[in-house]
Amino acid sequence: MTTFPERLQSLHSRTPDRVALTLQFSNTDDLSLTVDQLLRGASSYARALTLANIQPGEVVVLILQHGEDLVYAFWGAILHGAIPSIMPFLTEKLSPERYRADLSALISVTQPAAIVTYPEFESEVHGALQEGDSVREVIVTNKVEKQVELNFDSLTGFQRQPEDIVILQHSSGTTGLQKGVALSHQAVFNQLDAYSNALNLNENDVVVSWLPLYHDMGFIAGFIMPILSGIHLVLLSPFDWVRAPYKLMRAVTKYRGTLSWLPNFAYNFCAQKIRDRHLEGVDLSTWRVITNCSEPVRWESHQAFYEKFKSYGLKREALQTSYAMAENVFSVTQSRLGSEPAVVEIDREAFTSERVAKLVPDVNSHGHSVMKMMSSGRPLENVKVKVLDESRNELPDLVVGEVALQSNCMLTGYYNRNDLTENAFADGWYLTGDFGFMLNGEVFVSGRKKDMIIVGGKNVYPQDLESLTYEVQGVHAGRSVAFGLFDEEQGTEEVVIIAEVDSEDPAEQQKVADAIRLHVTKNSAIALRYVKVVDPKWILKTSSGKTARSANKEKFLKELNSQP
Amino acid sequence: MTETIIQQIGSYLASQILKQPNRTITADESLISSGLIDSFSLMDVALYVEDNFGVRIEDTELNADTFDTLTQLAALIESRKK
Repeated sequence: MTTFPERLQSLHSRTPDRVALTLQFSNTDDLSLTVDQLLRGASSYARALTLANIQPGEVVVLILQHGEDLVYAFWGAILHGAIPSIMPFLTEKLSPERYRADLSALISVTQPAAIVTYPEFESEVHGALQEGDSVREVIVTNKVEKQVELNFDSLTGFQRQPEDIVILQHSSGTTGLQKGVALSHQAVFNQLDAYSNALNLNENDVVVSWLPLYHDMGFIAGFIMPILSGIHLVLLSPFDWVRAPYKLMRAVTKYRGTLSWLPNFAYNFCAQKIRDRHLEGVDLSTWRVITNCSEPVRWESHQAFYEKFKSYGLKREALQTSYAMAENVFSVTQSRLGSEPAVVEIDREAFTSERVAKLVPDVNSHGHSVMKMMSSGRPLENVKVKVLDESRNELPDLVVGEVALQSNCMLTGYYNRNDLTENAFADGWYLTGDFGFMLNGEVFVSGRKKDMIIVGGKNVYPQDLESLTYEVQGVHAGRSVAFGLFDEEQGTEEVVIIAEVDSEDPAEQQKVADAIRLHVTKNSAIALRYVKVVDPKWILKTSSGKTARSANKEKFLKELNSQP
Repeated sequence: MTETIIQQIGSYLASQILKQPNRTITADESLISSGLIDSFSLMDVALYVEDNFGVRIEDTELNADTFDTLTQLAALIESRKK
């Protein structure tokens, strides 16, 4: 087996002048880096970590935006043998106070030895540091001396063993403590080997990605895999993509891109918001696998995407699906290349009330509503999947239960959280918390066990949003409910918050609604679609006094649909 | 004219983006820096402006530095209509 530094050295000795990475920017020309340039830039950061007395095996948190410094700092930490962890940057959506509090909480669990950031952000980082915490050094990008020499012998990363932890991926919790998923060199390579086979990865592939690197899909599929596999990566900024989604298609055209990964909402977003004038000269015929992953996959979204881009050379069979999670490095399943993912039509009522997928040709569907479910494909060759009932017995095909998995690419553990790691496994199987069913060896994912909401690929816990709502003046604790509402047009869930207030004055209620919207968004970076402030006793509770989210959702929908 | 633009875009934002048709968005209320309009909705605003006023807002302009209030957005539209 091998390690990241050994793989990088081998790539460098074989093809030092091959373009490893092209960075795209909104206002300046593309920047292409050869393997040699990438590793020289990285060695500057390895050197900076050495000077800062950071030891191999210590965690280094990277708070950097899209650009050269982020990739150099990341691979520099790898060459040094430190464990890099990429954290999101503060955006205007989130309040600086909340960001600082989250960062402090992260530092207390993850115990990083250093943080790398920009000059402009240095004071923000210092604001999150506390007396006596683990951070010994804040490394600022403009102080890092550029190295001209690339000397593998002096790099301490080569001391690392395949079973050592190489990276931490942070799960995207909204507030409170995030979990750092710790992965070994070995686990990552086991994933890449199996996933490369599922994708038929070859040296002519070009990965084009706009996904953020602090999330598993962008981090593994759109960063680690192409770099370590010796495949050209074209990287856009998520910040630019959301304002100009057509840039993805232009990048595929320009660099003859073959592989991309997208969350489901992005299919709708691209289909609806790209103007034809932005697609002049676009040729998508090289795009061979576009994988839908990280939120429930929808046939309707593929359909809309295909209709929009088919005249630009998009191939129908390029639209594929995957089911993935950071705990398995990334991919658990992938749909089979060369054909469209399987789609089954099932009886909607039986599905929601009996938790069984009744295939429509088999049942008398007269008068019943039918829903389409798209497969996420088969488990990778190194992964076993089963679906369990509440007593952890394996369920037959078409019966909905919790998805469990086993593989040789599982996490080493949640970093410094042995308690969480133990709870995540039962009898050697990792319990995903996702609901789904199997059919003919393929996995169909239907939702989350907990009431988690997935908005644009980001996981959101309703409890977190409700807690934030209670902080707003006029709302009492226990008198708010948050849930997700699937929006057909957008292809993702939207967040609804309902809160009870004492006042029945509409103007006063409107004021509280505004305050909730502002406070929750600023503290969770989640945009709210509906904020409904209601009179006392609107919210339904269970007999034990708990808030019944699904019952409240039904009541909300009934009122929404009865509006003129 | 500016008044009309402010009123029209304001009611579009309230009804279509915020889904609160009764919400009044004042002319000088900050839209982007406050997080009222999230980044996923910025494209919608640009498309709406283009379709209704025949004025293009480039993707690099979809930030609080270019416009953060209805007043600023209306001024941008007016300046480009000429």
